[in-house]
Amino acid sequence: MNTTSPLERVLRGIAITLVILFFMFPIFWIVLMSFQTNATILQVPPSIFFEPTLQNYRGLITGQLVTDTSSLEIKFMGNLFNSLFLSTTSVAVGLVLGVPAAYAFARLKFRGSEDIAFTLLSFRFAPPLLVLLPLTIYFQQLGLANTYGGLIWVYQLIVLPLILWIVRGYFEDIPADIEYAYRIAGHRWWTTFRKIALPLAGPGIAAAALLAFIFAWNNFIFALVLASADKQPVTVGALAFITASGVQYGQIAAGIILSIAPTFALALYAQRYLVEGLSLGAVKG
Amino acid sequence: MTVLLKLAGVDKFYGPIGQGVHAVQNIDMDVMKGEIIALLGSSGCGKTSTLRMIAGFEETSRGTISLAGREVQTLPPVRRNVAMAFEGYSLYPTVTVGENIAFALKAAKLPAAEVDAKVKEVTEMLEITDILHRYPTSVSGGQQQRASLARALIRDADLHLLDEPMGQLEPQLRTLLRGRIKHYIKERGLTAILVTHDQTEANALADRIAVMEGGVLQQFATPQTIKEAPANLFTGTFVGEPPMNVFSAQASDGGGQLQLDLGDGVHLNYASDAFAPEVRATLLARKDIMLGVRPYAVQRDTAGAEAQVIANQWLGDQSHIAATFARGTIVLVEHDRADVAVGDAIRVRLAPEDLHVFDKDTGAALSHGTHLA
Ligand SMILES: Nc1ncnc2c1ncn2[C@@H]1O[C@H](COP(=O)(O)OP(=O)(O)O)[C@@H](O)[C@H]1O
Ligand SMILES: [Mg+2]
Repeated sequence: MNTTSPLERVLRGIAITLVILFFMFPIFWIVLMSFQTNATILQVPPSIFFEPTLQNYRGLITGQLVTDTSSLEIKFMGNLFNSLFLSTTSVAVGLVLGVPAAYAFARLKFRGSEDIAFTLLSFRFAPPLLVLLPLTIYFQQLGLANTYGGLIWVYQLIVLPLILWIVRGYFEDIPADIEYAYRIAGHRWWTTFRKIALPLAGPGIAAAALLAFIFAWNNFIFALVLASADKQPVTVGALAFITASGVQYGQIAAGIILSIAPTFALALYAQRYLVEGLSLGAVKG
Repeated sequence: MTVLLKLAGVDKFYGPIGQGVHAVQNIDMDVMKGEIIALLGSSGCGKTSTLRMIAGFEETSRGTISLAGREVQTLPPVRRNVAMAFEGYSLYPTVTVGENIAFALKAAKLPAAEVDAKVKEVTEMLEITDILHRYPTSVSGGQQQRASLARALIRDADLHLLDEPMGQLEPQLRTLLRGRIKHYIKERGLTAILVTHDQTEANALADRIAVMEGGVLQQFATPQTIKEAPANLFTGTFVGEPPMNVFSAQASDGGGQLQLDLGDGVHLNYASDAFAPEVRATLLARKDIMLGVRPYAVQRDTAGAEAQVIANQWLGDQSHIAATFARGTIVLVEHDRADVAVGDAIRVRLAPEDLHVFDKDTGAALSHGTHLA
């Protein structure tokens, strides 16, 4: 603790402050923008002194996009709901499918298991557009286009490989003998999975779920192509801010703040799991 | 006495049968109810693999395993009714040591009072009553190992498999616990297979010892038989401290006497009636043999063959003398302080009743002392 000199500590403090300023400034600026009108935002030179207004947030929440020249409807709250619903449901489905699969891949080495696991991962390599063109056609024929079900299905391309590969690693880190010790004491593998493997991999599963949620939340291209206005998440809905009479910066900023709020809250809440998840090593040995 | 466990032609391959690592090779073994068996062998000889097949964590590649009257090699572990203490302890990290030990009993819905009494008994025996409320990761390796042993011993299983259960303990504690564990097992009429690479432990605990090497069961017999009549050269040299002296020799008929030529001018002559006639005939027929003699059986005798002392160590209760002899080195153990110095010439006698003769090619024992193996 006391090996650093006061000077070193001051310098280090300054360095950290600079780094934080550098990374936080855009967010800080967006927060400021969200309380300004387009007019004050666009003034040159920019100023951090202005009269704050809640009109951007009001507009988003009431669904009235007010521009200098006109007023048009915007479904931002609907989009926000869609984002929440799509991401949550996708992650839930992804966990239900992915966690047992990850366990199987970790514990049972069967012929072709590596190949199957790799194929699932390879969904992440393919450029989404490549997948999307044929998918659009199939989805239209199957009647899945523009349905929540169809979107959640497609979101599995994002969510499932992530969950599968992250959680598999955590299961592999649990010494198999701990499970054997439980099984030999008179338990079936399903009980062992629930009582031993799941709790031990819990932090890893939480970390994977959080990451999958963020990826699903941030997805743009799948929803852009496969969903129409009433099913669109915020990422696509934000396009509405680019209007005929110009870009609505204030409302975009307010929209950003509202749309990062859920992931931000989730990340804060799950922080301790993430840290725990990264220090699973304590289980070994 | 009834046979509790029977291994018949058991093989373990890691990888495809016939191709992968052949860790356990064609093992036949009968274990009686109430017996303590030690699986003794060096690291990597297949002891753990054998236990894990019996427990059901590793597939039995070939052969059958019968336990308590039924074939179990295809049953899942849960249906075999065996208890196991793992080499790596494998305690459940999320519950306390005490809960770890009581786990199986609680799962079997035993009354709480009975569980507590059993936990108390086994943990007092293993000297771990003070760590019952701690978590496994917060106690020492030796304590984890005893907790893992307690978790196995507390169960009322058909068979207890103990994989190196005392490897982490300090010598004094190990000696103390050996006695207690043996008493605990015998008192309850349990049957146990104990894996160890420590022959003292095997001798002290086991009714019979199964010596393994290279995946092959070398000998399965009582400690006394293994010492007095090792089945082959491997068992002969592996069990016994210091190891058995071994020399290659040529047997010939020296005008009625049996002469053993050990090379380098060392000839041992034995009277015509020193060995049973069939032993004498076998040795003469084989001609090339391996001769073994235990260090404490080598005698100093003025009529013996000469050896040059290269070391003499007094260990407090015995002398270990090493001397060049024939084409190699001979080690003697004497219980009095030996009055010889490096460079001295001593004369040693290998009495016929102390000789173990092995086949030069296969290593199989031909004779022990004056009788055929
Ligand atoms: N899971 C495994 N996969 C491949 N080889 C193994 C595996 N487990 C053990 N072996 C090999 O089998 C042999 C016997 O191992 P093991 O039964 O653990 O020996 P021991 O317990 O006597 O030290 C060793 O050569 C070891 O490398
Ligand atoms: Mg082992």
